[in-house]
Amino acid sequence: MEIVVVGLSHKSAPVEIREKVAFAGACLPDALRVLGGMDGVREGVIVSTCNRVEAYAAARDREEGIEALSRFMAEYHALAVDVLRPHLYVRAGAEAVRHVFRVAASLDSMVVGEPQILGQVKDAYEAAATHQATGLVLNRFMHKAFSAAKRVRTETRIAQSAVSISFAAVELARKIFGTLEGKEVLVVGAGEMCELAATHLMENGVRAVHVTNRTLARAEALAARFGGQAVPFGSFGEFLPVVDIVISSTGAPNLVVEVEAVKAAMKARRQKPMFFIDIAVPRDIDPRINDLPNVYLYDVDDLQGIIEANKQERAKEAERAEEIVLEEVAGFLGWLKTLEVTPTIRALRTRFDEIRQAECDKTLKAFGDALTPKQRKSIEAMGQAIVNKILHEPTLCLKRLADDPEAELSVDAVRRLFGLGAAEEPSEEQP
Amino acid sequence: MSVEVLIAAVVLYLGATGLHLAFLVLQRDDLRRWASRATWAAFGVHTVGFVLRLHEAGYTPVTTLHESMSFFAWCTVAVYLGLQLRYRVPSLGAFATPIAVVMVFAAIHLPSQVEPLPAALQSWWLPVHVGFLFVGDGAFALAAAAGVMYLIQERGLKRKRLGTWFHRLPNLDVLDELNYRCLTIGFPLLTIGIITGAVWAQQAWGTYWSWDPKEVWSLITWFLYAALLHGRLSVGWRGRRAAIWAILGFASVLFTFLGVNYVLPRLIPDLESLHIYTG
Repeated sequence: MEIVVVGLSHKSAPVEIREKVAFAGACLPDALRVLGGMDGVREGVIVSTCNRVEAYAAARDREEGIEALSRFMAEYHALAVDVLRPHLYVRAGAEAVRHVFRVAASLDSMVVGEPQILGQVKDAYEAAATHQATGLVLNRFMHKAFSAAKRVRTETRIAQSAVSISFAAVELARKIFGTLEGKEVLVVGAGEMCELAATHLMENGVRAVHVTNRTLARAEALAARFGGQAVPFGSFGEFLPVVDIVISSTGAPNLVVEVEAVKAAMKARRQKPMFFIDIAVPRDIDPRINDLPNVYLYDVDDLQGIIEANKQERAKEAERAEEIVLEEVAGFLGWLKTLEVTPTIRALRTRFDEIRQAECDKTLKAFGDALTPKQRKSIEAMGQAIVNKILHEPTLCLKRLADDPEAELSVDAVRRLFGLGAAEEPSEEQP
Repeated sequence: MSVEVLIAAVVLYLGATGLHLAFLVLQRDDLRRWASRATWAAFGVHTVGFVLRLHEAGYTPVTTLHESMSFFAWCTVAVYLGLQLRYRVPSLGAFATPIAVVMVFAAIHLPSQVEPLPAALQSWWLPVHVGFLFVGDGAFALAAAAGVMYLIQERGLKRKRLGTWFHRLPNLDVLDELNYRCLTIGFPLLTIGIITGAVWAQQAWGTYWSWDPKEVWSLITWFLYAALLHGRLSVGWRGRRAAIWAILGFASVLFTFLGVNYVLPRLIPDLESLHIYTG
């Protein structure tokens, strides 16, 4: 049994190709049915997002599986395989397992650590499971992918630091204010960057975003969207005492927010903290306000510096994440191996021999010296004979099963019935 | 026997500190849970030690330095555990449990024999007076711990270097609130402690206030915290200034607790406090 992956992503194919092979939600049931009918494909999953389209399969044979998946990807979308082939990547065995675990853990994403991909892969699996496209192998495979992703998320800090200006602003605001609930924001200059940051703050619970702009009409339009007021540009200083966060990005050549105004505002608001974000170049806000107590000012370079540091941290965390993935891959491959017939026969034999040995020893010990060597020998021989007779039929049966598509199910059943340790957890395999 | 129990407590406190620090570094949830369990266990054992001592001595064991140290630590941990039930500030433990370790460790190394209770202290006022003061001091210890955490976090935010502390310490708002909460617990207790002391002094020595060094320093401490409370309520002090003030206040608490007895007499030989530790 081989795990096989064929797919294309933002790394291997331009969007013109990706959009051609994408599987819309509506056609997924049909696509899963077709995939399941391909030669050599026993179980299948289709993952289709805007950045990647991939098909996973539990296949009888490596080459056959790769060929089937490649053909499926092309032919289902009425494309020639050869047109698609340069854009496809192909993985099998350990590499395939590692690939899928990395995808689920967001290590293969455009923005490493972004959280959406895990949900998308989960949805893809749900769809496949609902339409009975998965079985013993892929069920376990996908669950292991999810638990690997979960380990990466909880044991590393890969997704925890902001890598964009508006995320960084929210992250900082949280450390200053605790919660953003009930906080009010003033946007100075209705530019696009401000809008983005304001939207993000809004999503994180701020009560209202007020807007001031040289042209009041633009301010009114934006303020209406955020449930705030439009403030005349000439008098926004009077508004400072009631807002907690100020985002500024005017095109003004000189300072728009002066130290004295902030000082007065802080006095009026009894020193409740204020957070200023200056994303204008040249700067809008007097940098000296950062020296006032309970006032925090971040300009573009400050935010950029934080993002840069966070990116480096993510890269460092990604290395640890790769190790976790490798551990989980080893764990899954170990389990996959147990589904093969020969090791199972061997394990069954060992288990029975252990029992025979233990029971014979016990019996012989109970008799002590009362038995002649000949009698001892025949007791041992009887034990051996019973084991051989019992195992004869199951052994033959397992051997016959080796080529059967349902072999894994039986092997799994045998392993469970006799407690042969089918489901080894990766942690137990680590030395 | 109570000393052996105290040794067990300090070992547990040490374990709790280790777990809290490990949690601070690794941020793993299981470490946080174990740190919390270890702290509760240590506190339980410590409580048993206190009760045993009470039994051995036959009076509230807060008169020798050994006993006072241990009781101070116990009160600090009690306030910490109480706060922990209400505020979710897991990193506070890494700053609070070391205080208990140091104090209980010191207590163990101090002479621990039970001393006969001086006649002047044989009164119901003893547990009342000392109890209020030490619980209040425990709250002040935690205000100072929160203050240190605030200063670290604020420094990073002001300097725009979001290093390792940024994610590991809580937000400024909750640290400031913790500071205020501890102040509102500690200040009334300190006030009651001083008043009960004065009433007791009137009964025992015939005078409410005798400008004893301990009394003077209690008053200085009281004024420090009164200023902080006033600043907070009517001027809008908060944040960094309140954090620094809470740390200064606790320094004054420590000086009142130890300095008055062990530092002042060396500086000014004539100045002997009426409040002495027996033993």
